[in-house]
Amino acid sequence: MEILIFAIFAALAVVSAIVVVAHRSPVYSTMSLVVTLFSVAVLFVLLGAPFLAALQILIYAGAIVVLFLFVIMLLNLQKSENRTFTSPQLWMAMLGAVVFAGMLVLLVSQTGERPLGPLTAEQVSLENLATALFSRYLLPFEIVGLLLLAAVIGATVAARKPPEGDEASPPPREDYVVESQKEARP
Amino acid sequence: VIVPTSWYLLLAAALFAIGAAGALTRRNGITIFLSIELMLNAANLTLVAYARQWGEHTGQLVVFFVLAVAAAEAAVGLALFIAVFRQRRTIDVNRLNLMRW
Repeated sequence: MEILIFAIFAALAVVSAIVVVAHRSPVYSTMSLVVTLFSVAVLFVLLGAPFLAALQILIYAGAIVVLFLFVIMLLNLQKSENRTFTSPQLWMAMLGAVVFAGMLVLLVSQTGERPLGPLTAEQVSLENLATALFSRYLLPFEIVGLLLLAAVIGATVAARKPPEGDEASPPPREDYVVESQKEARP
Repeated sequence: VIVPTSWYLLLAAALFAIGAAGALTRRNGITIFLSIELMLNAANLTLVAYARQWGEHTGQLVVFFVLAVAAAEAAVGLALFIAVFRQRRTIDVNRLNLMRW
């Protein structure tokens, strides 16, 4: 039963991950990422981490993906990129990814492993996780809080519309875009 | 029957490789970002699989921190894309070559 669930959601994760990187439209890529994230969340449950599965769906599928969709809509990027891959780059990237995955597979197949026992209540318990988080890992936890605060401020400043007459952020240069587009096709 | 840890590791390797290929080949900034999220998720899967293997909580805690950092990274990155788009009217990474060479 567990193997069946693993097989279904692993296949779903891989297929939707391929759609994420291969689809022309960023909206479809983002929606496909939701499927991948959901499949990985199911695998987290299988691995005895229901709290992380819930976090994954709440934070990733709930917040981050909505942020992505919001930016795609805001920048009006629905139209697909016209695909003029420089062929060497594509093949080198594919080669690199395949070689990397092959090396990982080789590594995993070389290492012996202990057979897993069934999940114990202690492993799944949220209480142990929370105790460790708020005692031994309290400092990293606080630093992450600080990081999120800095990210909120940084994102607000970066995305803010520059006030009129601001020397530091000149208005958009349409001429530059036109010139670089000329450069793009020789 | 319990799924062995190595299967999870192989799946994570596949997801990471797909994400890496996407980050290297795509030109749309948003799609590159999505590929990076994919790679982060593959790393998370590895960490949880090892946490299960060793019966430890530390792996799961690291995943918790990775989730928080991913959220911060997505927010700041997308804000930067908005700022770049305002200047250049594009987020095609091949055209954002001001700092190249």
